[in-house]
Amino acid sequence: MMTPLATFPKGGVHPKENKDLSNALPIETMPDPSKVSLFLKQHVGTPCQVAVPHRPDPRSDHAIDDNLLFSSEHPGALFRLLVDKKDRVKQGDRIGEIGDRLGAVLHASVGGAVLGVKNILHYQVGKAPAIVIRTDPEAVAPIRMPVDWRHFSREQIQERIAAAGIVGLGGAGFPTDVKLDVKPGVKLDTLILNGAECEPYITCDHRVMVEKAREIIEGAKILLTVLGITYCAIGVENNKPDAIAALNEAIDRADSTDGFKIEVKPLAVKYPQGSADQIMQSITGRVRPSGQRSSSIGIIVQNVYTTKMVYDAVVLDKPLTERVITVTGRAIARPANLRVKIGTHISEIADYLGGTTADLCKVVVGGPMMGFAVSDLDMPITKTTPGILFMNHAEVDARAHGPCIRCGFCLDACPMGLEPNNIGIYVEAGRGAETEPFGLMDDCFECGSCAYVCPAKRPLVQFIRLARLEIDQARKLKEIREQKRKAG
Amino acid sequence: MATKRSPISQQSCDGVDGHHLLVSVSPHLKADITVSRIMWTVVVCLMPPLILSIFVFGFQTLIITAVSVASCLATEAISQKLLGRPVTIKDGSAVITGLLLAYVIPPGVPLWMPVFGAVMAIFVTKIIMGGLGFNIFNPALIGRAFLVATYPVAMTTAWLAPIRNVAIFRTMGAGVDAVSSATPLYVLKHYGMAAVKEQFGSGTSIYTDFFIGFRPGCIGETSALLLLVGGLYLIYRGYIRWHIPVSIIATVALLTWIFDGERIFTGDPLLAVLSGGVMLGAFFMATDYVTSPTQRNGQVVFGIGVGALTVLIRLKGGYPEGVCYAILLMNPLTPALDQWFKPKRFSQGAVQ
Repeated sequence: MMTPLATFPKGGVHPKENKDLSNALPIETMPDPSKVSLFLKQHVGTPCQVAVPHRPDPRSDHAIDDNLLFSSEHPGALFRLLVDKKDRVKQGDRIGEIGDRLGAVLHASVGGAVLGVKNILHYQVGKAPAIVIRTDPEAVAPIRMPVDWRHFSREQIQERIAAAGIVGLGGAGFPTDVKLDVKPGVKLDTLILNGAECEPYITCDHRVMVEKAREIIEGAKILLTVLGITYCAIGVENNKPDAIAALNEAIDRADSTDGFKIEVKPLAVKYPQGSADQIMQSITGRVRPSGQRSSSIGIIVQNVYTTKMVYDAVVLDKPLTERVITVTGRAIARPANLRVKIGTHISEIADYLGGTTADLCKVVVGGPMMGFAVSDLDMPITKTTPGILFMNHAEVDARAHGPCIRCGFCLDACPMGLEPNNIGIYVEAGRGAETEPFGLMDDCFECGSCAYVCPAKRPLVQFIRLARLEIDQARKLKEIREQKRKAG
Repeated sequence: MATKRSPISQQSCDGVDGHHLLVSVSPHLKADITVSRIMWTVVVCLMPPLILSIFVFGFQTLIITAVSVASCLATEAISQKLLGRPVTIKDGSAVITGLLLAYVIPPGVPLWMPVFGAVMAIFVTKIIMGGLGFNIFNPALIGRAFLVATYPVAMTTAWLAPIRNVAIFRTMGAGVDAVSSATPLYVLKHYGMAAVKEQFGSGTSIYTDFFIGFRPGCIGETSALLLLVGGLYLIYRGYIRWHIPVSIIATVALLTWIFDGERIFTGDPLLAVLSGGVMLGAFFMATDYVTSPTQRNGQVVFGIGVGALTVLIRLKGGYPEGVCYAILLMNPLTPALDQWFKPKRFSQGAVQ
């Protein structure tokens, strides 16, 4: 009798995994694309309060002066570009600077000629400014020699991580150096490497764990050194026995005299096991209080693939210019775990893999539970794209939704204990602004478990997003009224 | 983005060169379960009691049930058409209402009675309230309550004595005065336990008879065994939870044992659970998603309320049976119970 695997107690669902399409395929490297489009914002960042240069029409595609760019998503956010139109760049050159604000620097993922900054389709935010580089086929990538990271001080390690432009590769895109910059006085005791990869279909982390286990373990030691702690747990869903074996072997081989304790924790297969809150609870039993950071309960969570990138940055001085994505689904000619340059357009990736089948129905950027459906393949991948799904008719459930029958399945499925059914009913009745007591502003991370189990096929995630918008609007209105009353 | 329903047609789904790709919000995977699958599963689970009733009471139970189901479907279709709403008779909910309505009326009633009941159940209780998911009361039970109020004689006397051999050949359309027989609960209420034993057998045979379904009663309520099988299957499939049925049955048994005897603690709990509509109500009526709470602790409170009211009506009320009114009285408390018993929020378990 085996002991039950560690997991989180509340909620969760079991979608069909569909990982067998790609989980045995070794990582292959795609040749450089003909061009790359690098969004200036591929990370979590806050707008900074600086004067925005006057622009005649914020929707126009040009009118960019002083190399300063206005981001459509964050009014007031400014990015400083280090290159001009017609400049030639080498692969790995730094082309975008973030200054002292929250964000991550940007590098040229290919060598070639800068075509300029254009508004490019983005799978999440409509259109966004991106720097476009035309690839020079002759360009050669710089050769990078490994150095021993143990000679570096903590500050030097953090500088190298920041200089490589590394963000959380699990999908959130939080700048890694900022996450590691824990305030003095915060007591940490555990580093969790997140290798759950609970999204169905997606297998990029899985392959990285199998093929780059040594680098991940070494990266874990680098992170532990920066955080000044010794214990690291790697959470991996139990459906990846080869990844667990590879990591264990790498731990056994690694130098064990440096005082670090790293262990692999097999986790029960349950979506959303890879959410930070859930994996922390699964491994340590601790629960993050609403509205606080994970460091408040002594834990830092990093994705396993991010950890591998940290190793590359610190040991090889290699910036984040490429990543492995899982291209899968039953409507792509050949599924693959593909190492592609950041900024490669999806259409080129599809062409490289032999194109799509005739019954292509839906293209999703990201995983099937939290990814974004796109209507056009002419858009680039970003630092935070874990995969692309090409789904055929059989895989797509396009049934219209019906009324809520109050079965309560979504209440059982929600890992955060929210009430998706009521949020949906309120939004349909036009009263989304009243849903704040249901906790969707702080706690819902739109994992989609509720909409997955809903027998009436209600688009509950969409209702929650609409409710958030309405709550925001109501708050703003209230502020304006307050100001008027004070002034009045 | 309007929140009105917009059916996504499969035709937008002819992916060529990336110009006709289907776009929708996440998640892009959905579980297999659908509303109509749940409903039709319940319909299948309700079939065995109907088949047994044909053997026990005669062929007209099937006729009454067919009329009831057809009336419910017709009422739903016509009223939705007249109100300009999409017709949703395929989802199976009206079929369930039709079956349950037939199951809670006596087998000897005239055929026009289920028609009236169906109009009341579907049109007044469900469609006017806004359709599936918006009714406050259980439609089939409102149908029954209406019939009891308007045709009290037929609804309380049109019982038939069960026949142990094949009753299919009993003449169809047998009137109210065919072989009428009082229900066990009626006898118990007015003549006491001794009379029940005298009329329905003594020793253990009365319990086995009642458990299998050889007793006078409404069309679909007599067989505790078959209702239990259907209900347990629904629980096994995860469509309903055990909390409501178990708390109803336990409460009825406990309170009957305490209060329904000559002295305190001398009642017959087993007989109380096996007679009347307790089994049907507990597994198929009180567990109706729309009119019962969603949280487990709320469901237990709901079930205890139904059980307590059932016993109260049986012992002190004007009717020998109280399950129908007990459930109807608890139905409007559902929103309050959902307010009082909310799911536990993730961060409530936080270690401060």
